[in-house]
Amino acid sequence: MRQHKELKNHQREIYFFRLRLLISVVFMLMLVFILLIRLFYLQVIKQSDFATMADKNRITIVPIVPNRGLIQDRNGVVLAQNYSGYTLEISPAKVADLEATINELAGLVDIQAKDRKRFKKLLTESHTSNSYPIRSRLSEAEVARFASQRFRFPGVEIKARLFREYPFRERTSHLIGYVGRINDKDSAELEEKNIAANYRGSDYIGKIGIEQSYEKALHGISGFENVEVDAAGRGVRVLSSTPPKSGNTLTLTMDIKLQEIAEQAFGNFRGALVAIDPNNGEVLAFVSKPGYDPNLFVDGIDTETWDALNNSPDVPLNNRALRGQYPPGSTIKPFMAISGLESGKRTSSYTIGDPGYFTLPGNRHQYRDWKAGGHGRVDMFKSIVISCDTYYYGLATDMGIDAVHDYLEKFGFGKKTGLDMEGESAGLLPSQDWKKRRFNQIWYPGDTVSVGIGQGYTLVTPMQLAYATAVLANNGVGYRPHLVKQISSSTNDTTEPVNPPADINFKPKPEHLELVKSAMTAVTLPGGTAAWAGSGASYPFAGKTGTAQVIGMKQGEKYVEKDISERHRDHAWFIAFAPADKPRIALAVLAENAGHGGTVSAPIARKVIDYYLLGKIPAPVPMPKSKVETEND
Amino acid sequence: MINQFQRRFMTHLDPMLLGALGALMFISLVLIYSASGGSFDRVMGQFINILVAFAALWLVANMPLHYLIRSAVPIYILGMVLLLGVAFFGDIQNGARRWLNLGVATVQPSELMKIALPLMMAWYFERHEATLAMKNYAFAVILLIVPFALILRQPDLGTAMLILASGFYVLFLAGLNWKIIVGLIVTALASAPFLWHALHDYQRQRILMLFNPEDDRLGKGYHTIQGMIAVGSGGIFGKGYLNGTQTHLEFLPERTTDFIFAVYSEEFGLFGNLILLGIYMFILWRGYVITANASTYFTRLMAGSITLTFFTYTFVNMGMVSGILPVVGVPLPLVSYGGTSMLTLYLGFGMLMSIHSHKTLVQS
Repeated sequence: MRQHKELKNHQREIYFFRLRLLISVVFMLMLVFILLIRLFYLQVIKQSDFATMADKNRITIVPIVPNRGLIQDRNGVVLAQNYSGYTLEISPAKVADLEATINELAGLVDIQAKDRKRFKKLLTESHTSNSYPIRSRLSEAEVARFASQRFRFPGVEIKARLFREYPFRERTSHLIGYVGRINDKDSAELEEKNIAANYRGSDYIGKIGIEQSYEKALHGISGFENVEVDAAGRGVRVLSSTPPKSGNTLTLTMDIKLQEIAEQAFGNFRGALVAIDPNNGEVLAFVSKPGYDPNLFVDGIDTETWDALNNSPDVPLNNRALRGQYPPGSTIKPFMAISGLESGKRTSSYTIGDPGYFTLPGNRHQYRDWKAGGHGRVDMFKSIVISCDTYYYGLATDMGIDAVHDYLEKFGFGKKTGLDMEGESAGLLPSQDWKKRRFNQIWYPGDTVSVGIGQGYTLVTPMQLAYATAVLANNGVGYRPHLVKQISSSTNDTTEPVNPPADINFKPKPEHLELVKSAMTAVTLPGGTAAWAGSGASYPFAGKTGTAQVIGMKQGEKYVEKDISERHRDHAWFIAFAPADKPRIALAVLAENAGHGGTVSAPIARKVIDYYLLGKIPAPVPMPKSKVETEND
Repeated sequence: MINQFQRRFMTHLDPMLLGALGALMFISLVLIYSASGGSFDRVMGQFINILVAFAALWLVANMPLHYLIRSAVPIYILGMVLLLGVAFFGDIQNGARRWLNLGVATVQPSELMKIALPLMMAWYFERHEATLAMKNYAFAVILLIVPFALILRQPDLGTAMLILASGFYVLFLAGLNWKIIVGLIVTALASAPFLWHALHDYQRQRILMLFNPEDDRLGKGYHTIQGMIAVGSGGIFGKGYLNGTQTHLEFLPERTTDFIFAVYSEEFGLFGNLILLGIYMFILWRGYVITANASTYFTRLMAGSITLTFFTYTFVNMGMVSGILPVVGVPLPLVSYGGTSMLTLYLGFGMLMSIHSHKTLVQS
C-alpha cells in the first residue's frame, strides 16, 4: 500500500498510470467495437427492413375515386349523372364537442334540423369513414364564408365531391334505384367479396335498382397516388400515380318517353307496368307507382322523410313491378287455354253450356261465374273474349293441378324471370307437392277450381306476367328480360351489347297459338271485355283483362264497388301485345284498387302501345264516365 | 508576419487536435443545415457558438497551468453554489429543474460541473499525491457524489451519469484499488433496484423502451424507433446529403441536437459513420498521447478524465441513437447544435492543449 512507501518512485508511478490508461483504452475499444457491430447490424443486415419502415413512414397511398358511370335510356337521354359540388364534412374523431361545433357552423352555413338528423343517422350507420357530411351542395358564398373562418374549426373541412343525381326523380326511382353512402353492412359485404380495396376512397355504393345490380360496371376502378407525407401527415409531393378508370356507361333498353307516357297514363292510380319487346327481351318501360325521389337517399336521408316514405299507406318504396305479388285473375286464361289445347283436354270446337256457375261432382258448392245466369254456350274463343269463368273452372278440374302447374311453368310462372335487377319475387304456382311442403296438407279438388281463373294460391308479379305475355306473343320463345342494352367502357370506347339467351323454348302448336291470339285480339273489339280501350286502334291489338281480388267474397255475397273502401277494391289487370300478327311490344298493367281491368288498365296499355308503335302522344283524356260492360270475377 | 502570427496565436494550440476539431466543425455546420431544413440562421448560430467556444479554448490553452490549478477550488465551489441554487430557486422547464435564472442570463450549472468536478478531484489528488491514503479516496468520492446526487434530483439522468463517469475516471486513473473498484461496481449493481425505485417515471419508461420500443411506437418509444429507422435505412452509403427522408419529413425528433447522429447516419450511411468514428478516434488517440505524456500528476488525471469523458459523450450519444442505450439527453459532442456543450467541450480541449504545450515549453 502506498501509505507505507516513504519515497515515491516516479517511474513506477508513470508505469502504473499508463497501465490504467491502457486498460481504459482497451475498454474503450471494446465499446467502439460494440458500436460498430450495432451500426453494421442496423445499416447492413437490417437495412432493407428499416428502409421499408422509412418508406412506410413517409409514403401514404391516397385512393382516387373513379367517376361513376352514367346511365342513359335507349335513345341516350341521361337518367343518372354526376355533378361536382362542395360538402362540409366533419371528422368526429378530431372534434371534441360535436354539438357545439355544429352550432357554431350553423352561424356560417345554413344547417337545418333536417341536416342534423341526417348527420346523426350517418354516424350510427357507418364506422368506416373518417368524415361525414353535415351539409352538401354548399353555395359559393357558403364556401367562402367557411374558408375565412376555417382556423376556428379543426376537424371540419370543405370537400369537393361528385354527387349522383337522378334528373327524372320519381319517374326512374324503381328502375334505376339510387346510390347511398357506404354503411357498415356494405363495408362488410365488400370485405367479403374481397373488393374493399377498390372502395377505399369511395363514399357511395349502389343500394337498389340498376345502381345496385350493375354496381361493378358502374363503379369503375380506383386509381391511387403514392404521396410523400411528413411527420404531421401533410402531403409533400406525389411520387407516382395510377389514374382511376371511370365506370362504364349503361345504355338501358327502356325509353324514358315511353316510361313517362305510361306513368302519366296511370293518373292517380297506384300500380305497375312492365313492357317488353318479345323479340329480344328488352324491357321498354318499367313503372311502379308511386315512386319516390331517389335524390333524397344519395347523401343519407333524414329520419322524418324516411319515416314518411316508409310508413305511407301507398308504400312508395315497394317496387311493385318487381316484387309485388298479386293473383293474376283472368289474365291467366289465355295461358290456361294454351295449356288445355296442348294437354289435349280441350279442342277449339269443344263447348260447354254455362249456367253461371260450376260445381264439382258430388258437391253442392257453387263456383260462380262473374256473370249471373252465365254466358250460354261457350267455346274456347268465346271463353277468352268474354272471359268466361265456368269454362276455366272445368278446364282446370279436368287437367288436374299438377298438369296446370307444369304447363303454366313453361310460360315462366312461379319462378324469377331472371331480370337483371336484384330482389325479384318468384310469384307462386301451386301444386300438390307445394301444398304438402308449404302447409303439410293434401290438395283438395276444390283448390284446383279457382286456380283455373287465376285466383286461389296463384300469385304473379307484373314483371312475370309481362314476360309470360311476351312469351305467348313470341310463339312460346322467351328471351330473358333485361334492362341494360349495352355497357360502354369509358376508357377504351368498347361497347358490349347485352344479348341474353332464350330461356323459354316452349313452342305450342301454331294453330293453338293462332286460336288464342285471335281470341285475345277480339277482346279489344266490340263484344270483348276491353272493347272500349281497343276502339279505333289502327293495329291488331291483343289483350286480356283481369281482376285480382283483394278481399274474398262469401257464398251468395255480391261485390258492390261503391260499398267497399277504396283500398279493398279489386286490382285491375291488363295484359296486351301488339301488333297481334307481328308483336313488337308485350306488356302487363296492374292498377291497384282500380276495380276493372277493362276500364282502367286497358286504356293505360293502349296509350303505351299507341306511343310505341305509332309515336302518338295521348291527349289528357279524363276517365270514362259511361258504364261499360265489364267483367267482375 | 505569418511566423509572428503563428507565434502569437498558435504556439499553444495543438495542430492535430485543431485539425480534427475543424473537421467536426465542418460536419456540424453541414449537418445542421440539413437537419434544420436549410436554415442558415441555425448554421450561423452554431458557427457563433463555435467561435465563442474557440475563443475560450484559445484563452485556456494560453493560460499557464498554475492558473488552472488555482482555479479548481473556486470553480468547484461556484458550481456547487449554483447547483444548490437550482435545487432551491431553479426554473422548471419540461418538468425538470435544471436552469438558474441569474437575471442577466439563464445558466445550466450542471454543464459547469462537467469541467469543475474533474478539475477539483485532480487538484485534490495532486495535493495529497505524496501521502495518498484511503481517506483521500473516500473524500474524493464525496466530492463526486454530492454534485451527482444534486443533478440526479433535477432530474437529469444523462448529465448525472456523465458527471459520475468523469469523476470515476479521475478515481480510476488516480490508482483507486481494484478491490474497491470491484466493490463499487458490485454496490452499484446491488443498489440498482433501489436506484430504479428512486428514478422518475419518465426515466424508467425510457429505460424500458430500450428493451421493447415497439410497445409504444408513438409515445416514449418514438424517439428510439425513428432514430433506428433513420440509421438503418441509411444503409452502407446513405441516402445522400439533404435526401434523408426521416430527417426532412421530420419523423426524427431533436434533429439538430441529440439525434443529429441519426441525420448523419441516414444521409451518409455506414461509410460516413466510419469516417466520423475515425475522426473521433483520432481525437481520442491524440488525447491519450497528451495524457500519457503529461508531466504532472494533476495534468495526467485532468487530461485522462477529459479524454475519457469525451469518449463517453460520444459513445452514449451514438449508443442512444442506434438503440443500445436509453434515450438520455446527451448531445453528440462537437457536432450537435448548442452553445453550452460546445463551450464546455472546447474548454476541455483548451486544457488538453495547455497541458501539452506548457509541458513542452517547460521541457524546452
